[in-house]
Amino acid sequence: MNVLERTDSGLYCRAADAWIDPSRPVSRALITHAHADHARPGCGEYWAVDISEGVLRQRLGRDITLHSMPYRQEFWLNQACLSFHSAGHVLGSAQIRLMVEDQVWVVTGDYKRCPDPSCEPFEVVPCDVLITEATFGLPIYAWDTGKRVATEIRDWWHADRERPSLLFCYSFGKAQRLLAELNAIGVEEEVLLHGAVETVTRHYREAGVAMTASRPVSELPRKDSLVGRLVLAPPSAHRSAWMRRFRSPQTAFASGWMAVRGARRRRGYERGFILSDHADWQGLIRTVLESGAERVYVTHGQSDVMARFLRERHGLDAKPLDQLN
Amino acid sequence: MDAFAALIEELDQSTGTKRKIDLIAGHLQQADAHDAAWTVLLLMGERRKRLITGRRLREILQQASAMPDWLFDDCQSHVGDSAETLSLLWPQLKSDIGGGIHNPGVTIWINQLGHSPPMHWWMEQLLPAVAAMEAEEQSSTVLAIWESLPNDRLFLFNKLLTGGFRIGVARGLVVKAIATGFNLEEALVLERLMAPADASEHWFRALTAAASEERGNRGPVPYPFFLASPLKPETIEDTAPSEWWVEHKWDGIRGQLIQRESGAYLWSRGEELINEQFPELIEMASAIPADTVLDGEVICWAESEQQPRPFSDLQRRLGRKNVGRKLRLECPVSFVAYDLLERNGQDLRSAPLQQRLEQLSAVQQRMDVNTAGWRCRLSSGQQLEHWDQLNRLRQEAVEQGAEGVMLKHLQSPYLSGRKRGHWWKHKRDPMTLDAVLIYAQAGRGRRANLFTDYTFALWEKQTESTSNPQLVTFAKAYSGLNDAEILELDRWIRSHTRERFGPTRSVEPELVFEIGFEGIQASKRHKCGLAVRFPRILRWRSDRTADSANTIEDARTLCDQVVKRTSSL
Ligand SMILES: [Zn+2]
Repeated sequence: MNVLERTDSGLYCRAADAWIDPSRPVSRALITHAHADHARPGCGEYWAVDISEGVLRQRLGRDITLHSMPYRQEFWLNQACLSFHSAGHVLGSAQIRLMVEDQVWVVTGDYKRCPDPSCEPFEVVPCDVLITEATFGLPIYAWDTGKRVATEIRDWWHADRERPSLLFCYSFGKAQRLLAELNAIGVEEEVLLHGAVETVTRHYREAGVAMTASRPVSELPRKDSLVGRLVLAPPSAHRSAWMRRFRSPQTAFASGWMAVRGARRRRGYERGFILSDHADWQGLIRTVLESGAERVYVTHGQSDVMARFLRERHGLDAKPLDQLN
Repeated sequence: MDAFAALIEELDQSTGTKRKIDLIAGHLQQADAHDAAWTVLLLMGERRKRLITGRRLREILQQASAMPDWLFDDCQSHVGDSAETLSLLWPQLKSDIGGGIHNPGVTIWINQLGHSPPMHWWMEQLLPAVAAMEAEEQSSTVLAIWESLPNDRLFLFNKLLTGGFRIGVARGLVVKAIATGFNLEEALVLERLMAPADASEHWFRALTAAASEERGNRGPVPYPFFLASPLKPETIEDTAPSEWWVEHKWDGIRGQLIQRESGAYLWSRGEELINEQFPELIEMASAIPADTVLDGEVICWAESEQQPRPFSDLQRRLGRKNVGRKLRLECPVSFVAYDLLERNGQDLRSAPLQQRLEQLSAVQQRMDVNTAGWRCRLSSGQQLEHWDQLNRLRQEAVEQGAEGVMLKHLQSPYLSGRKRGHWWKHKRDPMTLDAVLIYAQAGRGRRANLFTDYTFALWEKQTESTSNPQLVTFAKAYSGLNDAEILELDRWIRSHTRERFGPTRSVEPELVFEIGFEGIQASKRHKCGLAVRFPRILRWRSDRTADSANTIEDARTLCDQVVKRTSSL
């Protein structure tokens, strides 16, 4: 028996009559986290982790029907017993555990294994079948600690105090992690934020995440040259009209993709900092092994590579998710 | 080596030209002359013999680790460069490999590595020694070196060892840096760089010596070329037309022909000696008086024909190491002279163009017609009378098989490099747009296993709604990239595929290419409402991101301009 099946709208659990991170509007959605490719508007009702509520409502609409649950609390939908478990990806990100009869399936959603001061650490959830992501599923990807990267970023920023330092990063998750990592290494100077980063950061402050002081750029007088300041902005602002405000800034991008030189060149940033909210190769393998799952489905990114490696090296029944039926 | 590695890292992380020049200049001033010689050669991408292939390096890591072959392949096609792939994989694999690499011969090298040896030791001792080793010794030495290097040095080591080191610093930038750092004229640095280079202390000292030193016989060494810039009419329209000389801009390759007692030398603009590709021109040169240096165009142009042949004919000869009788007959070459840099051993570069042209014509009259004949032609030009003449002359030039016209100031000296103001090129209106690669399809025949058929798109800006701009298919192109670029792009396509439809793949819309075409007109059959004639890839704009590509609106504007121009004729 399969607890989950693939449908046009995404992964479906018949026993719970619910979809996980559906790609189009459905009656009932279980949401792993509030990133746009996982949480889409228009569903009848949403089930998600309580601390993700702020960002979720901001992105999907104030008046969605949302049932929010704390981590690890079991609840029943029809014949399925469900619970959310921390994924360590962003604030309120979850793996979803589904128990139907005596079978346990876990959908990891996006996750990482490195410590992150802006969200709860990943929880190992034992299961029979694991559905894991593999965005960075190649052995060339191996992350340094956030602390090391934050130190590099601080040094880069402080080395050029004659220009503004524009650091591009995803506005939800990465930006707040950076503020928290900078705070953890003792940076006290105020960091400036692009509007898109600011709106999400508010929810992190409400959740009590310790972060370096920050302020929206828009609050500063237009005459302010912003020389010597660190500014966090989403990649979409790179080379946009918004950037004209900064005269000859130094630019950098913080992302796991920056591990490969060509990727950095093509995007046209001066500097790349390798910082990801996804698991690296070792993190992915470790997670699969620790879950104790005998059957593994791999999705996102390098699903073929990861599945083949798990089969050949670890003797697991592993396949790309598109082979689930 | 530490200083060199630091320089490379800083260059890699800075985008401003000024900053790069300062970094290089500062480094060269500080560095030991022997090391500095290596730095200059490496920065200029001087071809070195490959010491070890990337494949061999990969074999070394693979034999020592348990990583399967296919996983190596996947990593490499994702990264695109074997030296970089290995540098990323080594830190992951080294804990599994560990011991077993200690061998007394190896230890000597590793001990020396521990004392931060100078760069020339790396280039002249370590790397060649590693390359010359027997397979087993080579493996254990490379593994031991990887083991002893910090992770951020692996890439540099692998690149130097595989001979593929290219940091992407333009030659002109290095010239500027040397000029800045050692208080020299750029022209002098360029001149000195044209002499054969070797990575020695002596060579670097000669390159950077103070300018006052006597210059000896130049021998076969060419003068730096003076380059023209695309004409900006507004910058010269206030000058008198009669100050300007107009001549055809031929579509060949720039060449400098040096005739000495010791023989003739034909140099390309890329400062390569091309005697072997054009033996007829070397024979022809014997008719030129000794110690003469001509600047001109190498072009395919038969004796009896009114017009030169297209560039593709010339290209057939450029690819050859040796040119046989058949090719000589099929693609006859000729040298079109348009400037005189030296006569009777006297450097004329500071004389005004008008005088140089007079002397050029005098030289040609003294040439032995039987030997030189049609193979040395004098470029015909004229003094401009009215500004209105310019576009008509350009049109005539295009009809006569040229790319357009050159506009040279009659009082201009022969400078070096691209200096604005004196020489302008005025080519036929180019039609180009920057477009984003969105689909790729495998080619046929020889290229059946490569993605060589590309589809490009332009942005359609949504106006009435708030939705995001969309990419709309604009043109297909099959040609214009060189083999290395095709391979690189093929790898990129494989690792950035979004969806597959039979033989076609849609790819991440990230890469920008400059697409050139011969004509553009409205078309109902095409999705974007426009059809182009003979689209081809002019270059890979790796300096651009997809959001900076052109819009359909830009293409329509171009189309309207064409319509206007034709109707006004
Ligand atoms: Zn996510």
